[in-house]
Amino acid sequence: MKSPLREVLSGFVSLLTGMRITLQQFFRKPVTVHYPHQTLPIPKRYRGHVVLLRDPESGQALCIACKACQKACPSDCIAVDGIKREGERRKSVTEFKLDFTKCSLCGSCVEVCPVDALEFSRAYNLASTRREAFHQIDLVRRPGASQQ
Amino acid sequence: MPEPFRLLVYLGGIMAFVGLNAAYLVWVERKAAARFQRRPGPTEVGPAGLLQPLADAIKLLSKQVLVPPEADRLLFRLAPAVVMAPALMCLAVLPFSERLGARDVPLGLVLVFAFGSIHVLALMVAGWASRNKYSIISAARVVSQNVAYEIPLLLVVITVLMMTGTTSLREIVDGQAGAFWHWNLFNLKVNPLMPVTFVIFFICLLAEMNRAPFDMAEAESELVAGAFTEYAGMSFGVFFMAEYANIVVGCALATILFLGGWHSPVGLLPGLGWFLLKLYALIFVVVWVRWTFPRTQFYRLLNLSWKILIPISMFTLVLTSVMMKLF
Repeated sequence: MKSPLREVLSGFVSLLTGMRITLQQFFRKPVTVHYPHQTLPIPKRYRGHVVLLRDPESGQALCIACKACQKACPSDCIAVDGIKREGERRKSVTEFKLDFTKCSLCGSCVEVCPVDALEFSRAYNLASTRREAFHQIDLVRRPGASQQ
Repeated sequence: MPEPFRLLVYLGGIMAFVGLNAAYLVWVERKAAARFQRRPGPTEVGPAGLLQPLADAIKLLSKQVLVPPEADRLLFRLAPAVVMAPALMCLAVLPFSERLGARDVPLGLVLVFAFGSIHVLALMVAGWASRNKYSIISAARVVSQNVAYEIPLLLVVITVLMMTGTTSLREIVDGQAGAFWHWNLFNLKVNPLMPVTFVIFFICLLAEMNRAPFDMAEAESELVAGAFTEYAGMSFGVFFMAEYANIVVGCALATILFLGGWHSPVGLLPGLGWFLLKLYALIFVVVWVRWTFPRTQFYRLLNLSWKILIPISMFTLVLTSVMMKLF
């Protein structure tokens, strides 16, 4: 049992200690990243929705429409279609629809792709007022998606 | 200057001072709170968020002032008007510098404390008239808290009063002229516990102003917004402004009683500058305290007053009288 006077004194000292600590924080730089004006760098392994990789010269998708990703997808959110063009040794993709409302970003499609034609994008600023914007993302006709 | 004109100028000046302070202390508080928590605070409205108070005021003004159907209409509308009155009245007797001060009343100190208590009355009326359980709990808390803290506050004031021997605020300040060790805060010859007395005064001031960590009246996590729960639009805004106006009055009083008013330790600035500097330094401490300590429990608040502050302030009072008699 401490004496009451000492208790008051030690209590007061602890109040001053608290105030000293907050004042130290006061003079330090704010840690907030002011979001719309500043952004943090996105980590390399960030998983946005998948996008099709393209041949840097011809701009043609690397996808061979083998539908391995469609089979691998646990949520059934990928629909692929392709044709065999004249003079080419492989099939080329004509339709690659991603239902992002169901996708859980598990990465099975990226893993299973035999020609490494899929990758995660780093698009995280996805916002829309319409369900359709994410319901059927057309990856063949949205080449710019990965640049977002 | 002819008397009626002087009256109008001071009336306008005091109202502008209170209004401006109430508006911009909100900004200061938000900025300072942000810095204590290492956030940037308001930044979007105007440069460094400086137009934020204006935006808030316009928002509040555009809202409908609702009166709950069960409420006591007259008292409910009266309370916001009454809550602003004490701050305006007190500023009329506070001297700002050698020549600036609306009225020098011989009983200025008594007047300030008499009007200061009206603030509590207004909060109680607001809580009572709202017919809301949170408001009524808040009103009861405000009254018991202020009764508890008025005692040590007045004991401290009596201590100061014995040292200065006058209740005129202007004469109290003039008694502290010269270097800073002439301030009442450092008047250790008469009362070696003077800094302790000042700390008690400051703590009681926080409690009287219902500021954190003693903001039992508002206590937003327990009582929604306490006495202000049912108030909407600008009638809430007035309560908000009154809180800051009271901080200004309280800190101005502390400056006058303990920190030598407009007397400067080194010169440099004119008297008014020093007064405002000391005033805003104290206001900064008030904000600093708010963002450092969490709200106390209610019974602890009363324990602090009855078991610690009152005995200590009694002791300093007796000590001062003994010292004055002996030396």
